[in-house]
Amino acid sequence: MDVILGKIATLGPPLLLGAVTTVTITLVSLIIAIILGLTLALIQRARITWLNWIIAAYIELFRNTPVLAQLFIIYFGLPYLGYKIPSFLAAVIGLGLNGGAVLAEVFRAGIAAIHVGQREASLSVGMTPWMAMRYIILPQTWRMTLPPTGNYAIALFKDTAVVSAIAAPEIMFYARTLVASTFETAFIYLLVALIYFVLAFPMARLVDRLERQQRAWL
Amino acid sequence: MAALLRVDDLYKDFAGLKVLKGVSMTLERGHKTAIIGPSGCGKSTLLRCINYMETPTAGHIHLDGELFGETQNGGKYQRMSEKQLARQRSQVGMVFQGFYLWPHLNARDNVAIAPMKVRGMEKRAAYELADAMLEKVHMSHKRDEFPERLSGGQQQRVAIARALAQQPKLMLFDEPTSALDPELVGEVLKVIQELAAEGISMVLVTHEVRFARQVADHVIFLGDGVVVEEGAPDQVIGAPKHERLRSFLKQILEH
Amino acid sequence: MISDLASFFATYEENWASWWPQLLPAIWVTIKLTAASFLLALAIGFLLALGKLSRNRLLRAFATGYVELARGIPALAILFILYFGLLPVGIVLDAFVAGFIGLGMSGGGYFAEVFRAGILAVHKGQREAAASVGMTPFTSFRWIILPQAMRVILPPMMNLFISLLKDTSLCSLITAPELMLRAKDLAMMSFLPMHLFVLAGALYFLLAWPMSLLARHFERRMRRGYRAG
Ligand SMILES: Nc1ncnc2c1ncn2[C@@H]1O[C@H](COP(=O)(O)OP(=O)(O)OP(=O)(O)O)[C@@H](O)[C@H]1O
Ligand SMILES: [Mg+2]
Repeated sequence: MDVILGKIATLGPPLLLGAVTTVTITLVSLIIAIILGLTLALIQRARITWLNWIIAAYIELFRNTPVLAQLFIIYFGLPYLGYKIPSFLAAVIGLGLNGGAVLAEVFRAGIAAIHVGQREASLSVGMTPWMAMRYIILPQTWRMTLPPTGNYAIALFKDTAVVSAIAAPEIMFYARTLVASTFETAFIYLLVALIYFVLAFPMARLVDRLERQQRAWL
Repeated sequence: MAALLRVDDLYKDFAGLKVLKGVSMTLERGHKTAIIGPSGCGKSTLLRCINYMETPTAGHIHLDGELFGETQNGGKYQRMSEKQLARQRSQVGMVFQGFYLWPHLNARDNVAIAPMKVRGMEKRAAYELADAMLEKVHMSHKRDEFPERLSGGQQQRVAIARALAQQPKLMLFDEPTSALDPELVGEVLKVIQELAAEGISMVLVTHEVRFARQVADHVIFLGDGVVVEEGAPDQVIGAPKHERLRSFLKQILEH
Repeated sequence: MISDLASFFATYEENWASWWPQLLPAIWVTIKLTAASFLLALAIGFLLALGKLSRNRLLRAFATGYVELARGIPALAILFILYFGLLPVGIVLDAFVAGFIGLGMSGGGYFAEVFRAGILAVHKGQREAAASVGMTPFTSFRWIILPQAMRVILPPMMNLFISLLKDTSLCSLITAPELMLRAKDLAMMSFLPMHLFVLAGALYFLLAWPMSLLARHFERRMRRGYRAG
C-alpha cells in the first residue's frame, strides 16, 4: 500500500499538470468547434448554392478522415509550406476544425427540427429573419442540441489524448515521458486511465440528465 | 380614401401547380371578410400571400394605399428587402391554424417579445401592453404559463393576443379553430366575435359557416383558385347561386 | 500558385513507385484492423446489452460499469495499457492484436448502448403478440424483435464502423504496421510530410466516405419507414 501511495506521490503531480493542459485543450477546442459549427449551420440556411457545396465538402472531409491525420497535416505538414505552428495551437486548431464539422451537423439538424410555423409566426409579427433566428429558433435549438453537444464534448475530451502524438504537453504526453524515465508502464497508464475517467464521469452524468430532461420536455 | 386592403389579380404557382388563378378582393376599414371553400382550394395560400409569407407569382397587394411586399421602380416591381418587409408585416397580424406559440416563452413573453424587439419598446411598457392584450382574450390568469401547459383554445387565444399586440391595421385568421377539440371552439370564436364588434378589420378563413355568417359583412367562396361567388353573407350562405357552393354548404352544414 | 500546385502533384508522380508498394499492404492492415475490432465491438456490445437488460443484478452492474468506463477512457489509453502496460506482467501482445482488442473493447461500450436502445425501441406488445401466436422467446427474438431493432441499430452500427476505421490510425502509436504508421515513416524518410499525410488522409477518406453515404441513406430510409408506419 505504501509503495503504491509513494508511486502516486511521485507520478501524480506531473500527470495532474498534464490534466490541466488536457482540460484547457478541450475547452479551447470546444469553443472553436461551437462557434465554427454554429456559423456553418447558419450559413447553410442561407441556401447559397456554391457556399453550401464548400461547407458540405469541408464537413465530409473532416468527418471521414482520422483526427490524427488532420493533426499531422497541421503540425508536420504546414511547416513544409513555411508555417510552423506550436503544438498546443496545432492541437486546438485541429480538434476545433474537426469539431466544427461535427457540430455543424448537430446544429443544422437542430435548427431543421424546429417547425416552420415557429419561423412564420415570428415573421408575421414583424421580426426579420435574423431576429426570428436569434430570439425564436436558436433558443429552442439550444435545448435540443445540448445533449449531443455534451456527448461531443466528452468524445473531444477523450480525443485530446491523441494530441500527445504532436507533443502537446497533456496527460498522455507526460505519461509517455514518465514511462521513458521510470519504466512504471502499467501503473502510469492505469493511473492515466483513472484520471480520464474521473474527469469524464461527471460530464457523462450531466449529459445523461440533460437527455432525460429533454425527453420529458418533448 | 383608398381601401384598407386591395388584392389585384393574384396568381400563385407552386412548382407548376397553379393554386391561385387571378383572385381580387378589397376590404374597407373596419370590415370583415370571410373566405370559405373546399380543402385545397387555396384559402391559406391567399392569406399567406396577403402578408407575403408566400411571394405571389403575379398580382399585387396594397395595404392602406401602400404597395405591400414590393417596391415599384418605373414599371418594374421588385420584392422588397426582408427588413422593409418585416416593417410592413408588423402592420398585419396573423393567427395560424396550428397556433405556433413559442414554447420557450411564457404567455406574457410570447405577447411582449415583438413589441420589445421589433418596435423597441421598454420592457415595462411591453408587459403592460401584453397584459392588456391578454385581458382582451381573457387569458390574464394564465400569463405566466408556458404554452405546453395551456389547452388548445387557450393557446390560440394567446396567439390572438400576440397578433393584437402589434396593434395591426388588419388581422388575418387562417382556420383558427380547425385544430381545436369541439368543446374549445366556442371560447376562441367568442374572442374573435368581440374583436369584430370592436371594429377590427379582418380576413377570416373558416369552415364555421354559421359563424362566418354572424360576424362577416362579406363572404367569398373560393373554388379551385378563383372567386366563384361573393357577396353579403345572407346572400352567399343563405341563397347560393352556384351549384358548387350549394353542394359545399350542404356538405358542411350536415355535420 | 497554380505552378506550386502542379509541382506539389508532380512530387506524387515522382515518388509513387516507391511509396505505393509500402502503402498498399498498410491499407490492407488498416482494413483488417477495422474489421477485427468491429466484430469484437459488436460481440462485446451485444453481450453487454444483454447484461444491461438482464434480471441478474451482478450482470447488470458489470455491464453498466463497463459502459461507463469505456465512455470515460480514451481508446489510446486502452491501447497503451494493452501494448506497453502488460509487458511487465509478461504478456507480450502483437501490436495488431493489442490494437484490435483495444479498439474493440472501447467500441463495445459504445455499441452496448446502441444495441440496448434498439431492443428497447421495439414495443413490448410486439413480444407479447409473438408469444400469443406461440413463438418461443428465441424465435420471437430472431424473427420479430431483431428485424425491428435493426432499423434503429443499423445506422449507428455503420457510424461505429467509420469511427473504428478512423481510430485504427491510433494503432500507429503502438507501432501496428497500418496506414498511418507507414505514412509517418515515409514522411520522415522523404522529408515530405505534407504529401504523405494528405495522401494518407485521402486514402482514409476513400475508405470511409462510401460507408458514410450508405449510413446516411439508411438513416433517411428508416425515418421514412417510421413515418409511413
Ligand atoms: N409550399 C407549398 N408547396 C407546394 N404546394 C403547396 C404549398 N402550399 C400549398 N400547396 C398546395 O396548394 C394547394 C392549396 O393549398 P392551401 O393550403 O392554400 O389550401 P386550403 O384551401 O387552405 O386548404 P385547407 O382547407 O386544407 O387548409 C394545395 O394543393 C397544396 O398542396
Ligand atoms: Mg388552409
